[in-house]
Amino acid sequence: MGLLSDPNRRRALTSLVTRLNTPLCVLCYLVGVSWFMGLAFEPFMLRTYMSENAMGSTMVEEKFVFGERAISYTREFAGQKKKTGGMPVDWLVKTMKSRGLEVYTQSFSQTLPFPDEVKERYMVRGTNVYGILRAPRGPRTESIVLSAPCSEGNNNNQAVGLLLAIASYFRSQIYWAKDIIFLVNEHDLIGTEAWLEAYHDVNMTGLRSSPMQGRAGAIQAALSLELSSDVITSMDVALEGLNGQLPNLDLVNLFYAFCQKTGVLCTIQGKLQRNDWDTLPGYTHSLSTMLLMVLKQGSGHPQGDHGLFLRYHIEAVTMRGINSFRQYKFDMTTVGKLIEGMFRKLNNLLERFHQSYFFYLMPSLTRFVSIGYYMPAFGFLALILVLRAGPVGSAERPCQSTGGWGQRRRAGDIQHFPVSETEAVVLTAIAIYVAGLALPHNTHRVLSGAGTERGWRSLKLFSLLYLAVLLGCTTLINFSLGFILAVTMIPVAAFIQPHRSSKVLHGVALILVSPATTLLLSIYLYHELIEYPVSLLECWQHFLTAVSQGILDHHLYGSLLYPLIALFIYPCWLQFWNIVFWK
Amino acid sequence: MAARRLLSWYLTVFTLLCLFCYRITVATDEIEVCTSRFWFNYRHVANTLSVYRSVKRLGIPDSHIVLMLADDMACNHRNPKPATVFSHKNMELNVYGDDVEVDYRGYEVTVENFLRVLTGRLPPSTPRSKRLLSDDRSNILIYMTAWWNFYNVILRLLFGQRKLKQLIGENLSSKPIASWNITISVEKRYNELLFIIDTCQGASMYERFYSPNVMALASSQIGEDSLSHQPDLAIGVHLMDRYTFYLLEFLEDIHPASQANMNDLFKVCPKSLCVSTPGHRIDLFQRNPRSVLITDFFGSVRKVEITTETVKLIPNITEKNEKLTEEVMLTEPQKYVQQMPVAEIIHQSIQMCWTQHSNANGHYQKWSQPFKIKYD
Repeated sequence: MGLLSDPNRRRALTSLVTRLNTPLCVLCYLVGVSWFMGLAFEPFMLRTYMSENAMGSTMVEEKFVFGERAISYTREFAGQKKKTGGMPVDWLVKTMKSRGLEVYTQSFSQTLPFPDEVKERYMVRGTNVYGILRAPRGPRTESIVLSAPCSEGNNNNQAVGLLLAIASYFRSQIYWAKDIIFLVNEHDLIGTEAWLEAYHDVNMTGLRSSPMQGRAGAIQAALSLELSSDVITSMDVALEGLNGQLPNLDLVNLFYAFCQKTGVLCTIQGKLQRNDWDTLPGYTHSLSTMLLMVLKQGSGHPQGDHGLFLRYHIEAVTMRGINSFRQYKFDMTTVGKLIEGMFRKLNNLLERFHQSYFFYLMPSLTRFVSIGYYMPAFGFLALILVLRAGPVGSAERPCQSTGGWGQRRRAGDIQHFPVSETEAVVLTAIAIYVAGLALPHNTHRVLSGAGTERGWRSLKLFSLLYLAVLLGCTTLINFSLGFILAVTMIPVAAFIQPHRSSKVLHGVALILVSPATTLLLSIYLYHELIEYPVSLLECWQHFLTAVSQGILDHHLYGSLLYPLIALFIYPCWLQFWNIVFWK
Repeated sequence: MAARRLLSWYLTVFTLLCLFCYRITVATDEIEVCTSRFWFNYRHVANTLSVYRSVKRLGIPDSHIVLMLADDMACNHRNPKPATVFSHKNMELNVYGDDVEVDYRGYEVTVENFLRVLTGRLPPSTPRSKRLLSDDRSNILIYMTAWWNFYNVILRLLFGQRKLKQLIGENLSSKPIASWNITISVEKRYNELLFIIDTCQGASMYERFYSPNVMALASSQIGEDSLSHQPDLAIGVHLMDRYTFYLLEFLEDIHPASQANMNDLFKVCPKSLCVSTPGHRIDLFQRNPRSVLITDFFGSVRKVEITTETVKLIPNITEKNEKLTEEVMLTEPQKYVQQMPVAEIIHQSIQMCWTQHSNANGHYQKWSQPFKIKYD
């Protein structure tokens, strides 16, 4: 008879699990965490490879030589930007038209729920300018996008200059099978979101925009460029998109292949590759690269303009030029050649990227960890919850119980207190959070079965299962977020009990793993990894900014982190808090 | 009267001469198939077209060639040189040319159409250019290139293999398959057949042949991959496969009166150049390969019918006709121009690569006016 259908064996199994419960849980946790740490160890990783046949193994000889032209466009653009005090729409339209593109503009406006203190904007109004290079012999059904943001001050002028130089060079070639859209967007992410929504004729975030007049067919891939200096020492690639979505690995491989070909130094997470994987510093280097990616992906914030394209199944990456203190510099011509090579390869595509991985982690640019390798790490952690829930469930009969409930409030005008709107919103959120801590004092009056042993056990069973399902679903979509929450919450959740003596200890442990503290610690870890350590006060400032950004991201781009934490994770955490203070 | 006698004398002499210049009447038909689509399979189309060009140069007319190309590379949007297909890098040799005739193109290249061409079971409305007009005295050359999955299906259908239901998912009993096997030989559609295939694991294609008088050549053995030759950095794709590249070089040295035999063909592309091991199969062939000329399959001799009868002209010829014939006789004799000086170009290009490597522009200029037709 089978292991689970035979009652004798099942009893034996259950008794074994009940007896060895604690050691098994500890073992699972250690295995899960060490599995995750082991992912960064080079022999366990796979080398990256191009999966898409259509992009081919041969490369073309790049013939872009107009670096000087790019610099002159940069100077003009900078001058015009200063003159108009914002985006020089007319100059851009005129220049693109003279280069032979079909130029269109799109104006948009958006009102934030409260002022954004990081970027200092509240009511945003802007214009996107985009020029379409029609394929001379193509059927105009597919297109590729090259975008450069128009930022304030002196940022990203070179990106726009290079975009214009590339546009004029591409215009004279006849081998384009897809249309190319050159997009200059204002207010970075908001502008990109406005353009994408109007292009695909959807309205997800309540943006108001003028109707889009020119289209170029389905977008197959997009490249976002950020360059702020005439010469660069390295190119950094940003992958993480909205809600932790990643572009297809083939696009990253393409970027790396062309960096190798043109000889440009390329980095990921700002870190160069190392060859000494068998030494401890080498291992910690790849581990820190991977942890940075995990933290950025877990935040759900798009790390570049490309992040918003991913939602529409358009594979996109952001390439950032970095000018550091190295001696060897690369000029605009080299960057132009890099982009030209990538575009010629993208031109050969017959279908959207689909051959390579969509879920992966990258400890370095040449190594990757696919979903099949990193999922077991989470699997072991989820196993702890199942192990804990098993004995509890088999010994009890389920009874009625309700969980905690959290609420989300929109900020209104608070004029009576001398705080800014942003701070008001953030502090209100935190206040609700803290107020929730007082919930146990009231729940026991409402719940049936209060004050009994069975009451809290059934609540714990329910909470454990709820947490398991929640974290499982989150991990499927955004592994990093799920794993971070799992690593912090699961051990404490598994061992929580309402003992009178150790109530304070359990309470403190639970607070330490609450979503807010996890966020605080993640910010601290992030700053440690980018070698820019912060003090506690700065960390607190960053924390407040992160909360406000989370709310704004949700409102502006549809990010799901804040609703998930507020509506699902936090109530689950409150249930465990109730267990601790069970009377 | 005098002219009439002259003419009849000419005819008698001609027929007598023919008795002494007796040649074997052999017509060659040719089928070339490329089944790969998409831009990155440029080299398969270039393979097929280069064999097509060689064969035309050696004398086979378009009416005897069935060319099947599954995709259009010359007019692909990604081709930086539209209306050309190159087989040598640096764009030395345009195998597409001006007078290519593609009989089956695009989605018409299917297993069914290939089999119908071979067996002749085409609907009556099919034009002559899409038919294989062979008889029992024709030699047929079949050249195929592309990815081997396509051929796996066809050749099992054609020359062996009873268990086909799982291969193509249709309900075929073994009887029609077996009947196809012998259709070609029983209906006497060919005298001798040479089969060349350039694909991975090519030898698996001719393993199952059992029809008589078939000789087969493949670019690689089972378990080996056939590799591509050289990429062109301006076009961005591989231009040819290795086996066909060296086959083309070999064929460039063949002219219509060449005496090279099949043993020389078997030596084309040894393992050191091809990386894969080319194979051949001669056990089904009746003649000794040493006695088989390359031009038996790759070249064509026009049919010459010898007769010992004399032809009498009609007695009532008017004076007007006599004048016309006189005028016709006065014009200069015409001759065919040399089609493509390919051998020259290949040999010169190898030298050019070593000497003029730096001056890329000059190199291009030299070959920008390649093949002027000389009218002299």
